[in-house]
Amino acid sequence: MSAFNQSRSYIIKLVFLISFFIVLVQLFYMQVVSNKYEKLAHDLSVYPKIIYPERGIIYDRNGKAILNNSIMYDLMVTPAEVKNIDTLEFCNIMEMDTAEFKNRINDAIFKNSKVRPSVFEDLLPTYLQARFEENSWKFPGFVLVQRPIRTYPFNAAAHILGYIGEADTAQIRRTGNFYRMGDYVGKNGIEASYENILMGQRGVQYLIRDNKNRLVGAYQKGTLDTVAIAGRSLRTYIDIEVQQLAEKLLSNKVGAIVAIEPKTGGIIAMASGPNFNPNDLTGPDKSKNFAKLQLDVSAPMLNRAIKGQYPPGSTIKILGAITALDEGIITEKFGYNCNGRYFSCGIGKPACSHHNIGHAANLRMAIANSCNSYFTHLYRMTVDNPKYKNVKEGYTVWQNYMNSFGLGVKLGIDLPSEDKGNIPDTVVYNKDYRSRWNSCTNLTLGIGQDKMLATPLQLANAMCIIANKGFYITPHFVSKIDGETAADTVLNRYRTKHEISAKISDSLYEIVIGGMQDVVERGTAGNARIPGITVCGKTGTAENKKVIDGKVIQLADHSFFVCFAPRENPKIAIAIVVENSGFGNTWAAPIAKMIMEKYLNDSLSTESQTKWLDYISSKNLLPSYLKRLQTKTDSVRAFDWFKLTKDSSYIKKYKRTNKISDKGSKNKKERKVQTSSTAALLPKKHF
Amino acid sequence: MSYRKQEITKGIDWLLLWLWLLLCSIGILAIFAVTYKDGDSVIQALVGFKTDYSKQFYFFGLSFIIGVFILLTDSKFFTATATIWYLLGIIMLLLVFPFGSNVRGTESIIRIGGFQFQPAEFCKICVCLALAKYLSQPQRDLGRTKTQLVAASIVLLPAIISVMQSETGLALVYFSFFIVMYREGLSSMILIVGFSVAVMVVATLLIEKSTLFFFLTSLALVTIYFLRRQVKKKKAVLFSVLFIWLLCVSIQRFAVPFFFKQVLKPHQVERIFSTIGKDVPVEYSLDGGIVAKNKDVHYNVKQSKIAIGSGGFFGKGLLKGTQTRYDFVPEQRTDFIFCAIGEGFGFMGSFVLIGLYVLLLFRIILLAERQRSTFSRSYAYGVAAVFFFHIIINITMTVGLAPVIGIPLPFLSYGGTSLLTNSILLFILARLDADRQMGMR
Repeated sequence: MSAFNQSRSYIIKLVFLISFFIVLVQLFYMQVVSNKYEKLAHDLSVYPKIIYPERGIIYDRNGKAILNNSIMYDLMVTPAEVKNIDTLEFCNIMEMDTAEFKNRINDAIFKNSKVRPSVFEDLLPTYLQARFEENSWKFPGFVLVQRPIRTYPFNAAAHILGYIGEADTAQIRRTGNFYRMGDYVGKNGIEASYENILMGQRGVQYLIRDNKNRLVGAYQKGTLDTVAIAGRSLRTYIDIEVQQLAEKLLSNKVGAIVAIEPKTGGIIAMASGPNFNPNDLTGPDKSKNFAKLQLDVSAPMLNRAIKGQYPPGSTIKILGAITALDEGIITEKFGYNCNGRYFSCGIGKPACSHHNIGHAANLRMAIANSCNSYFTHLYRMTVDNPKYKNVKEGYTVWQNYMNSFGLGVKLGIDLPSEDKGNIPDTVVYNKDYRSRWNSCTNLTLGIGQDKMLATPLQLANAMCIIANKGFYITPHFVSKIDGETAADTVLNRYRTKHEISAKISDSLYEIVIGGMQDVVERGTAGNARIPGITVCGKTGTAENKKVIDGKVIQLADHSFFVCFAPRENPKIAIAIVVENSGFGNTWAAPIAKMIMEKYLNDSLSTESQTKWLDYISSKNLLPSYLKRLQTKTDSVRAFDWFKLTKDSSYIKKYKRTNKISDKGSKNKKERKVQTSSTAALLPKKHF
Repeated sequence: MSYRKQEITKGIDWLLLWLWLLLCSIGILAIFAVTYKDGDSVIQALVGFKTDYSKQFYFFGLSFIIGVFILLTDSKFFTATATIWYLLGIIMLLLVFPFGSNVRGTESIIRIGGFQFQPAEFCKICVCLALAKYLSQPQRDLGRTKTQLVAASIVLLPAIISVMQSETGLALVYFSFFIVMYREGLSSMILIVGFSVAVMVVATLLIEKSTLFFFLTSLALVTIYFLRRQVKKKKAVLFSVLFIWLLCVSIQRFAVPFFFKQVLKPHQVERIFSTIGKDVPVEYSLDGGIVAKNKDVHYNVKQSKIAIGSGGFFGKGLLKGTQTRYDFVPEQRTDFIFCAIGEGFGFMGSFVLIGLYVLLLFRIILLAERQRSTFSRSYAYGVAAVFFFHIIINITMTVGLAPVIGIPLPFLSYGGTSLLTNSILLFILARLDADRQMGMR
């Protein structure tokens, strides 16, 4: 009987074989042909831990570290290990309530699971950290983890040094995923422009992680790991004491100070007001502070030294004089008969602050007295030079001179997002005046008004050109990279001289410099006089208008002063703007004087200390419209926030004081929403 | 003494026992590979009965002792007591209802002291013996309906009880005994029809309703087109094709939905869908369309495939597999133990292991065919069928070819009951084979 069905054993064997063959084919495909699974396994189980090198340190010209590294602590929690702790005591120590504690624990579990450590509180303030450390044995599951942060020991140079922050998605994409989410990267200032040097080279440690994402050991015994290389330090031209002084003098003012060493182009100090403390953006409250700075209408984070574009006013007259001299239109003996107004264009404008006839009897006197009529006329003579076919060609020549003095072009400072100011092109005037314009149309260009705009940096650089008699080196901060090699080309462009395009002879410069000396010694800038040092300067006072609440309002003039000293061997060139403060001599000149004293003599004179230092630094010159603008923007924002979220907690603050929004909401509906919302919120409060 | 020793070892198929020893050792090694934590003292842990590999080692020892006892037993004992064993097995299965405890979603486990005992596993031996006993009776003829029905009931009774205990995987194993019946003369037509119905049911569960209907209809039309000559000659051909089509459609449209809606309980429906790795369709879920997710099952298979696939040709080496060592694959000690081999020893290791299994199965069939008694032969085929089913379903599950049906890999998976059951099955076979000259029974 068994023999009867024996053939069936072969069929059974065949079925077995075929089944196993199919399995083997699938195995062969998975294990040998496809490498998908290998990659997936690698992604799942190998964690490349980035080892962040220490960022480079930034030193000032005297070797003081002005941007350094420091350590703060994050409090980490592993929720699964938090057992039998006295929550109340913990909350007392850490200054929080129990509800908040529970929230954070739940948050940690939600974000990062029970078994992995997550941040409970980042960047603990020092006193909390000390308090926790004393009691840490009572709280299993909580550990302090070191976290390197940047620190600014002098609380100064916020705009120059910049700050670091987590890389955003745009940045990550731009660098082709070189940065990862959560990486810190220079966001502004030197931190950003020298990111490559400061950041060093990241190391990677390959670790194995388990199914719960816990790290359990080194992958392949660490043979694939790379070592982190620390970032290199930077040496700068900054004199941190001068910088601090400059910032102090600008407190409660809108304006900028730039001080450059003419021979090297190295920037000694660059301050912008209003200012902020750079350490505000590193500590535990950094995001709060950041938001505060961002919402301030006076824009404390704006570096006005490179981004403030001002009509340069009378400071431009020096350049106008050199241009006219070089073009051969005038000699130093040229005089203009000014009796208080300029009438050659028939409108009696611009006016001049001097009336006595003879105050512009020659170039030197005209510079010293800053005669508007004289330089307006000089501008017109330059533009209307019979050498050139027409006014447009003449204007282009003048424009080229201005550009070669570094106005209307980006200089290329080693800070991000520098503005280029404005020397208008003929195209602009052709468009505005349908090609029918002459030197009278834009005659105020000769005294730094009209459409002309310049940044304080450009003005300081122009001073360098005059001090150097014809060349400049692109203004920059960094003098040296520690451990610099030939591969570091970033500083090369700061080591080449830029000769200005027109070859102007030294004697012409001497004429103008003489005038500038007179400005300080017997002219408009008496407040900048320093005994024993020949200061050459030029004041400026620029008219400016602003649209406030729909009306154009003429505000107080900007106060300008540009100078360099000493005349014989220029060591410092300065440009100063104090917005809406009045004459150049009143505010800008004494500030310049103190900065020069500090830099050249290493200390302030007694006169400066008693008469000027406290007077200027404590004076509040913030324009009054700022306060009102702040209230207005805040209340508008509060209203937008309310419309978005129906949360009227912010709006209430402005409800009483602010009548604009009531007036503004003309249609009834909007007003209804607003009133009903506050009514709706009232009972809520009782809960 | 020497006489006795000769008695035990005489006629024993050593290859079978060597294969058993080898597979058990690979099993302990694999369990060691997935549960060993750095810093464990291996020897201490192996003796200590604390770790899983140590437990498996002890179970292996226990299996060996029981195996020796089986070899000491007279082979007539098994033929004589087969029916009693069967009754005992069924009673044990039924005991689960009052005494069982719910572990990992199944209710088929009895706890005795610190041990868990799974009667559904153990019952395989009983069924194997009982079926062999029944088929070996001279008056039985699998060509007759009565014999077919009795044999089927012997096999399916424990399967049904297992399904009621939500142990679908093990219930399916009992279907492997149809291989035995096939060998003993069951018409292949019945198997083909049965297989087709099974395929239809599975297809109904896996494939979307209208798609399947469209497929069946077009299949029927194509068949009619190709058979148009025969159809012209004989109308019966047309009717039979139409009848088959109607049968398939009715299974798909009415029988399966009826069975799922009326006969099965919601948790059983859920369990069945979870074994094939799909979410319960809205029409079958009674709690108002809340669909139970089977993310776990997808996750298991994905991780298991990653672990095996990342092994490459030669594997990562013992204890160097990142996926299995760090618990990425759930249930990797038990149902997914193949991952440890696949990742640690790569395609070569998998090939060798499968080779060993094929060798074992073919050896068993060879032993079966050399038996003179129908009992021994049927029993041997039973063992081969059970092993084959376990191995093929388990491995195809881990490589993602079959739905996740939780059944262990013989001799490798961690689990005392499984190891003991499979060892006992093998040792009884060895004993029966040793006595193959004793004459027809």
